[in-house]
Amino acid sequence: MSIDVREYLKPHVHMSLEERLALVKRRFADESHISVDQEAFRADGQKAVLFMCPAQVFKLNPDDDSCIVNYEDCLECGTCQVTRRYVTWNNPQGGYGVTYHYG
Amino acid sequence: MSDDRFEVVIVGAGPAGAAAALALAREGVEVLVLERGDFPGAKNLFGGILYTSVVNELIPEFWENAPIERHIVNRRWLTLDEDTQIGLDLKSAKFDVPPFNNTFTALRSKWDRWFAEQAEEAGAMVICETNVEELIVEGGTVKGVRTGRDDGDVEADVVILAEGANAMLAERAGFRPQMGPRNRVNAVKEVIALPPEIIEDRFHLEGRQGMALEYFGGAVKGTVGSGFIYTNHDSLSVGVGCLIEEYLRLNMAPYDMLDEFKAHPMIAPLLRGGETVEYATKMIPEDSYDSLSDLYEDGLLLIGDCAGLVNPSIHHEGTNLAMASGVAAAEAVLSARKSNDFSKARLAEYRERLEDSWVMKDLKRYRDTVHFLLENREMVNEYPDLAIRLIRRYFTLDDTPKDDVIKELWKTIRSEVNFLKAARQMWRARKTML
Ligand SMILES: Cc1cc2nc3c(=O)[nH]c(=O)nc-3n(C[C@H](O)[C@H](O)[C@H](O)COP(=O)(O)OP(=O)(O)OC[C@H]3O[C@@H](n4cnc5c(N)ncnc54)[C@H](O)[C@@H]3O)c2cc1C
Ligand code: SF4
Repeated sequence: MSIDVREYLKPHVHMSLEERLALVKRRFADESHISVDQEAFRADGQKAVLFMCPAQVFKLNPDDDSCIVNYEDCLECGTCQVTRRYVTWNNPQGGYGVTYHYG
Repeated sequence: MSDDRFEVVIVGAGPAGAAAALALAREGVEVLVLERGDFPGAKNLFGGILYTSVVNELIPEFWENAPIERHIVNRRWLTLDEDTQIGLDLKSAKFDVPPFNNTFTALRSKWDRWFAEQAEEAGAMVICETNVEELIVEGGTVKGVRTGRDDGDVEADVVILAEGANAMLAERAGFRPQMGPRNRVNAVKEVIALPPEIIEDRFHLEGRQGMALEYFGGAVKGTVGSGFIYTNHDSLSVGVGCLIEEYLRLNMAPYDMLDEFKAHPMIAPLLRGGETVEYATKMIPEDSYDSLSDLYEDGLLLIGDCAGLVNPSIHHEGTNLAMASGVAAAEAVLSARKSNDFSKARLAEYRERLEDSWVMKDLKRYRDTVHFLLENREMVNEYPDLAIRLIRRYFTLDDTPKDDVIKELWKTIRSEVNFLKAARQMWRARKTML
């Protein structure tokens, strides 16, 4: 099969974060491996975990200023807990969580 | 596994753990490796350049069989502003012959799996899908590990911790200082698929030759961090890694940094026609030599990223330090085994071996790199930016006599650079960065 070079001169197609997260194979556990101390989160003026998490696991609940944790999206980098200690993060149970195809 | 007892239990089947397992199994030690992923490498990623001096000693001419992507013949270190690029370009036919300068591109879900298989073939037992939840410590001595499996305690003469950058077991047991925004980089990466022919044409490569491009300065908004593109066989690894503290300072998300990097006019053409097939993230440790813990305890050794063994300078080496520390740990265990003494005092031999080797010599040399850059932001922001403007002006053709151009350049330098400060910074940069 020959390659049509013109196909590869087109711009790289940008994917949304949701689309990119959907590329990663994950096996979800029933229970969350992440917990947030809501009081400390409310006291964090910068709300750092909202933007520091590369998978946008943490979302602000505008009703009560609390933090919603979509643990199923987690890519297991550990950045949240290192950024703010009001996050308690544990490895998902063995065999659960992400499996990268490339890495 | 309740009645299980091994001579050595290793937590984590990354390059550090697998190297230790291989070296121990070859000497007939009963070694168990516990890995939380579905297979070794399932949860791992890097840039990256696999530095293979240690592998080549363990498995001579490994490149004949191992799943490597390309051998790197061309490296570029570049700095960008919003529309211009300058840099250093090193390409050599000397890197095109064995041992290929010990620099290969690789994908970790393939490489780690293969490397751990070599340890298994040598006699190590590797059990996956098993998360180690805590170390079993009695009276200050590590006696084994508690896994998430039913009856999941495993005892050992010595536990080797190789859990990687997110060093929770070590931290929670008090065997390393706390991780924080100043000693952890967050890295995000995409794998972008392209046919090998397109990659070879676009990056001027032949056959299995590969290229590594690393970007600094404006490429990552003048932060302490970098961007990268590495050529795999039929994909590119594209990503950015910056100190967490830098993201906090800018109030910026890692994926936004990545997206801006990918959209840069110097980067976007390199990605044309490529399709993102994976998005991934992980931390990189940038602990200074001065903040490392002992790395040996009663019944415990720390190796690889969880010990903080990454060279944070322009060299960005981690895989080779991980494997070298794994081998050093194995050697220390082998000699401790002769006297059946796995006390802290006996295991100190591990640290001595590291100190005598290039591992700690390099980490000592670069002990101040991160601190220096954070305190001297000009190094990653103003100076690279100025260098771009000077060089661009020097080569901008507009009928100005060259004498006048040079005068203009000097004027710019005088007005923007505090000479005494810059001289001092360059002197320190020489020692902390290069
Ligand atoms: C984006 C990025 C780019 C990089 N680029 C380069 C580069 O170009 N060159 C280079 O040399 N280095 C690079 N590095 C660094 C390099 O990847 C690391 O130094 C190296 O992988 C460290 O090996 P390790 O075995 O110590 O840790 P890891 O490779 O992280 O392996 C740790 C293993 O332990 C397992 N594990 C963790 N906790 C548990 C537990 N509780 N129970 C069971 N298993 C557990 C993990 O699943 C994993 O398999 C880069 C890193 C990143 C993130
Ligand atoms: S571990 Fe990483 S991906 Fe998971 S929630 Fe924390 S920051 Fe997000």
